[in-house]
Amino acid sequence: MIINHPILGPRDAQEFVYLGDAGLIERPDGLAEGAVDAFHDYLYLRDNPAGEHRELWYHEQGDRSWLVVTRNTLTHEITRVELARDVARAKGRSK
Amino acid sequence: MTQSNRIAGGQIDRTRTLSFTFDGVAYRGHPGDTLASALLANGVRLMGRSFKYHRPRGPISAGSEEPNALVELREGARREPNTRATVAELFDGLSADSQNRWPSLSFDAMSIKDRLSSFLTAGFYDTTFRWPASFWEKVYEPIIRKAAGLGAMSRLEDPDQYDKGFLHCDLLIIGAGPAGLAAALSAGRAGAQVILADEDFRMGGRLNAETHEVGGMTGAGWAVQAVSELSHMPNVRLMPRTTIIAAVDHGIYGAVERVSDHLAVPAPGKPRQILWRIYSRRAILAGGATERPIAFENNDRPGIMLAGALRAYANRWGVAVGRRAAIFTNNDDGLRTAADLKAKGVEVRVIDVRKGEEVVDSSGRLGLKSVTIRSGGRLETFPCEALGVSGGWNPNVNVASHHRGRPVWEPAIEAFVPGQGDIPGLAAAGAAAGRFSTRAALETGAAAAEEALSDLGLAVPARDLPQAEDGAYAIEPKWYVAGGKGRAWIDQQNDVTLKDVKLAHQENYTSVEHLKRYTTLGMATDQGKTANVLGLAVMAGLTGKSIPETGTTIYRPPYTPVAMGTLAGRSRGQEFKPKRLTPSHHWASEQGAVFVEVGMWLRAQWLPRPGETTWRESVDREVLQTRRSVGICDVTTLGKIDIQGRDAAAFLDKVYANNFASLAVGKCRYGLMLREDGIVYDDGTTARLGEHEYVMTTTTANAVLVFRNLEYARQCLYPDMDVQLISTTEAWAQFSVAGPNARRLLQKIVDQDISDAALPYMGCKEITVCGGLRARIFRISFSGELAYEIAVPTRYGDALIREMVAQGAEFDAVVYGTEALGVMRVEKGHVAGNELNGQSSALNMGLGKMVSRKKDSIGMVLSQREGMTDPDGYRLVGVKPVNSAEKLTAGSHFLDKGAAPVMANDLGWLTSVVYSPHLGSSIALGYLKKGDERRGARLRSVNLLAKTEVEVEIVSPHFFDPEGERLRG
Amino acid sequence: MFGTGRYSGWRVVKEALTGHKGWKPAWRDPEPQKSYDYIVIGGGGHGLATAYYLAKEFRQARIAVLEKGYLGGGNVGRNTTIIRSNYLLDGNEPFYEFSLKLWEGLEQDFNYNAMVSQRGILNLIHTDAQRDAFTRRGNAMILNGADADLLDREQVRAMYPFLNFDNARFPIKGALMQRRGGTVRHDAVAWGYARGADQRGVDLIQNCEVIGIRTENGHVTGVDTTRGFIGAKKVGVAVAGSSSRVMSHVGMRLPIESHVLQAFVSEGLKPLIDGVMTYGAGHFYVSQSDKGGLVFGGDIDGYNTYAQRGNMPVVEDVAEGGMSLMPMIGRARLLRTWGGVMDMSMDGSPIIDRTDIGGLYFNGGWCYGGFKATPASGWCFAHLLATDRPHETATAYRFDRFRKGLMIDEKGQGAQPNLH
Repeated sequence: MIINHPILGPRDAQEFVYLGDAGLIERPDGLAEGAVDAFHDYLYLRDNPAGEHRELWYHEQGDRSWLVVTRNTLTHEITRVELARDVARAKGRSK
Repeated sequence: MTQSNRIAGGQIDRTRTLSFTFDGVAYRGHPGDTLASALLANGVRLMGRSFKYHRPRGPISAGSEEPNALVELREGARREPNTRATVAELFDGLSADSQNRWPSLSFDAMSIKDRLSSFLTAGFYDTTFRWPASFWEKVYEPIIRKAAGLGAMSRLEDPDQYDKGFLHCDLLIIGAGPAGLAAALSAGRAGAQVILADEDFRMGGRLNAETHEVGGMTGAGWAVQAVSELSHMPNVRLMPRTTIIAAVDHGIYGAVERVSDHLAVPAPGKPRQILWRIYSRRAILAGGATERPIAFENNDRPGIMLAGALRAYANRWGVAVGRRAAIFTNNDDGLRTAADLKAKGVEVRVIDVRKGEEVVDSSGRLGLKSVTIRSGGRLETFPCEALGVSGGWNPNVNVASHHRGRPVWEPAIEAFVPGQGDIPGLAAAGAAAGRFSTRAALETGAAAAEEALSDLGLAVPARDLPQAEDGAYAIEPKWYVAGGKGRAWIDQQNDVTLKDVKLAHQENYTSVEHLKRYTTLGMATDQGKTANVLGLAVMAGLTGKSIPETGTTIYRPPYTPVAMGTLAGRSRGQEFKPKRLTPSHHWASEQGAVFVEVGMWLRAQWLPRPGETTWRESVDREVLQTRRSVGICDVTTLGKIDIQGRDAAAFLDKVYANNFASLAVGKCRYGLMLREDGIVYDDGTTARLGEHEYVMTTTTANAVLVFRNLEYARQCLYPDMDVQLISTTEAWAQFSVAGPNARRLLQKIVDQDISDAALPYMGCKEITVCGGLRARIFRISFSGELAYEIAVPTRYGDALIREMVAQGAEFDAVVYGTEALGVMRVEKGHVAGNELNGQSSALNMGLGKMVSRKKDSIGMVLSQREGMTDPDGYRLVGVKPVNSAEKLTAGSHFLDKGAAPVMANDLGWLTSVVYSPHLGSSIALGYLKKGDERRGARLRSVNLLAKTEVEVEIVSPHFFDPEGERLRG
Repeated sequence: MFGTGRYSGWRVVKEALTGHKGWKPAWRDPEPQKSYDYIVIGGGGHGLATAYYLAKEFRQARIAVLEKGYLGGGNVGRNTTIIRSNYLLDGNEPFYEFSLKLWEGLEQDFNYNAMVSQRGILNLIHTDAQRDAFTRRGNAMILNGADADLLDREQVRAMYPFLNFDNARFPIKGALMQRRGGTVRHDAVAWGYARGADQRGVDLIQNCEVIGIRTENGHVTGVDTTRGFIGAKKVGVAVAGSSSRVMSHVGMRLPIESHVLQAFVSEGLKPLIDGVMTYGAGHFYVSQSDKGGLVFGGDIDGYNTYAQRGNMPVVEDVAEGGMSLMPMIGRARLLRTWGGVMDMSMDGSPIIDRTDIGGLYFNGGWCYGGFKATPASGWCFAHLLATDRPHETATAYRFDRFRKGLMIDEKGQGAQPNLH
């Protein structure tokens, strides 16, 4: 597979390490009420869709960017690649 | 032997003669021959035996689809079993042997199975061999396993080299027949970066096997001219002897180039084969088509082959397989074979399905002698040595279906063609697209190239194609000859016959997948290239469904089989994985150190002195000398991460379970890192070098992973923290210096004061050594001794170890390896790899109180779950044998006295065992249920694998200096 | 009585002499009825075994198996056929040992030769830490009633002299061996269970995809399929690889990701490797089939996919492991690769459990180890469906183990499915 890195351009997926669903960006507040349940759902449950999937890849043999890649799990077609940091900020994690 | 069947013509170099042997008999051929063409030229039709019935077989094809003519090529360590004689290029001195026969090819004792074939139908193994139960493994299976397989491996290490490479292009063209050449000419002339790959050693595809003209010259001649033009284009890479084996994602194709297989041995420094990964923006599949047979009784005798192959042997290789030949065809292409053979003086009889004629049987045990023909209700026998069969042509859809797209049935040619868009960026052209005439191949090849060029934004040149034949195909479907009582083969190598397909139908194995799996249709080394469509057409006829409704099985890579060596490339032997060497490696090598693999690293395990005969002697000495005076150990392999920024402290509080905000500048602290699921992930010491500057150490094993996770936390979880990370594992050579004389030794090297007042326990400093070299010192201890870790830029690591050893001579300083390191850490009760097993919590390790619940660190929340706070759970303990002479074994389990050895009584296990020279006893760490409450208890440490057990006492894990007086000294 | 009659060697002789006219369909192709007591979704190995044991051991009536494609087309149709019970953890080992015992009696039980062949499995050891871990594991196996042996380097060499003992980057230091481990002919397992279930009246319905699960008042009432609605009192889902897709019909998110595992077979070769072997320093395991093909595999590709095909890096990685372990296979040829979609769970262990919906039961999360589990998985799932209680060897395979912190993490990798 080839991932079109938003900074570096197309790169073989072999340069990257895969983590999983980009929902892992949305880590709950560990000091909030009901944190155990929230963390259970966050860490263990997955949509695991057959189709479009937003997922985290790390450019370990490159610039160390974490990327959010939108890829179809049926065809492997990649339609979007973003810097995970930008996605995290858009999710309000900068607060 | 003479080349009795060699006739005029062909693309072989008759000016040179090559000698070769087959089953020990010497023959001659010419450059340009394959092993099969040369054997046929010498009158040899029998080349192999089938898998199941050991039927005598000759080649049915002239290409990579060959199911029958498989040989063991070459000798000794270079022996290659199952090599298709039809693609093996002849070289001088080639030697080949037939396989799957005993004692000889013409007399094979196992052909008894052919006589028993009525019993050995499809599904035979499923329904039998169950009684009596023990007989399967003891009697039946060993017999079956002995008979298994085709060729034999040499069992010797492959002496050849293999390599890998990466290529990039605008357009990859698969196949250099008329379609591929036309496409390459169009794209090459337009300036596109083109790769043209063909599995044959001679480009041109079927043009090399045909007599019709292209552009007023022979087809082969036109191909030579086209290849010549392409070879002068710097933007075109021609890759003969290169098979595209797989279409994977995003325009990437796997290719195997056979660099040296046409030579007796590879040239010095050259690989045997290269595995290429080709990155293409567009691709054209111009891989041609494969002819398919018509099944009739005894259709597998040597001399019976596909009509197009018979023609290829005559036209390309100047070989008449027989002086009399019959042609059994259901299409006009078969007639072309008849015409070409006639023109070469062969006596030919045509049996045309479309005229109501058919071949119903054949004779000749080791080679065809005659065929029986039914024509107008009459049977007649025609004596002949060769029979060409054409049931039509199947486009080579294989690569186009590697993404699991199903090919589409094209009724006009009674065959499957590639589905549109099954592989993004790939288009089919020529015979691979079901366009069989030369004219159509040239046109569709050029058109596919033009489409690719416009997709790529390149100017499309004017089309300039040569004149070529555009003959009719006129196929009438004919799959098998009905009414026979004997066997009609569909899959020749696996001996799948018409009857087997009928039996599968009778037993309701009617799905194509069931058909394949039940009969083994298409599972032989040729993957059913000539058999699959025939088999499913027969099944379609039986079920009353259409062929497209019946469907195909999945086409899977590789297109043709690939040597394991090629896929592995250079990663083998010592080169399997890179070696990481520590800065003191060369010094340690000079000392005769014994090294151990630690991940990719090689670390000194111990450093024997003259006279020491066992590893224990060396390790005991290293430990005792360290504890008595001072020892030095290379700990560079520990991960080192520089962490800087205004939010560095807050960041550490997120990634460590214990508190870091309170760490003062110039101090170090032990850090415990959890996974988000609350299990301990890693530990290490982090030092605060400045207000906003920290250096973290990790375990050797997790150096890369911890850094990855820190980057994840930084970018994904806390994107606006002001914190920057960089791994400095390779930047610093780091040594542990431990023992009562550690300070005295280091003070001789360090330029600054490192007295207890200047550098107290858990202090750290940026310093200089040896008169000005930048360095760092950390007063931390893994051994339990007064100890420091000192770091210098990696390039000075070798100099530093030599300097420390020299300066340490007066203290009798010792350099110790990982074994002594392990002994001292177990004596001190520190957890390491065997305890940090990814299954244990801080509570299990006795570190539960370190997890701060006042801050939201990674893993804090889930570490509080009930299953992980079980008061009856495992706790880290120390273990001593009651009789100190007895030896403990790591991995032994704890059982109470008198408890039966069953899992219900299991209390835990010994994680790490060492011999402590300090205590004069084997000691261990272990995880024990309610371990804290069992201090002083006596249990059994049981190793059921060795059937040994030792009575042990449960003690504190801190065997040595439990109050920590020495390390504060 | 349904069925094909008993299979035996005498039967084969008789049929051979009479032109094989007596063989009957191995199973019927029934039309779906309006409703069943039990519907098992998934006609792979686990679904067929479930239906078989439900009918045979628990004597339940009116059972159907719904399969979207062909019977045995799940991962039972594409795997490396290994059976073993060499697990470490309490939650796993009794279950897999139960499975191995069922394998040992399977062929007589369902009167079909699945070529159960216990030629032994070796896990090679390359470091001292690996030996410690395998010693712990071998002891756990014996404590659970399984067999285990720890071999030293020379014992391994005596078995397989052609392994790389002399020039290895990671030397072989020994092996954990389970002599009762081995291989089974995978397709025959599916067919044996299918035939046995069919004989006991189970309707095996192929080309019938479930497109919805209907519930009323928190209880399942049946399933919508491509062949219409079929009512059911209880529905068991056994569709590993597609678990998330099927359970999404009732809005359930699972602790599971779908990943592809590639597997490989070489051309047929004369016998080389008698048993099963796993390389401890690379991603490679291998056995040799009764037809002579080396059957081998390695790691999963590592990204979520339902595509049933993989990419080249893993193919090369596996070949590198193979060549470094067995330098003599350089000239053996890889014949065929295939990819199966795995239910990779969050701790690497499976789930056999009730759901929050009454009458809806789940069986999945088998990672790449589902084949060896087939008999016990079927038995335990049938037990759960029939009695509403987990079987004694499968009590740990609950959904709530993640909430309780009772993960069954053999590899110690945590909640990241592609590392298990």
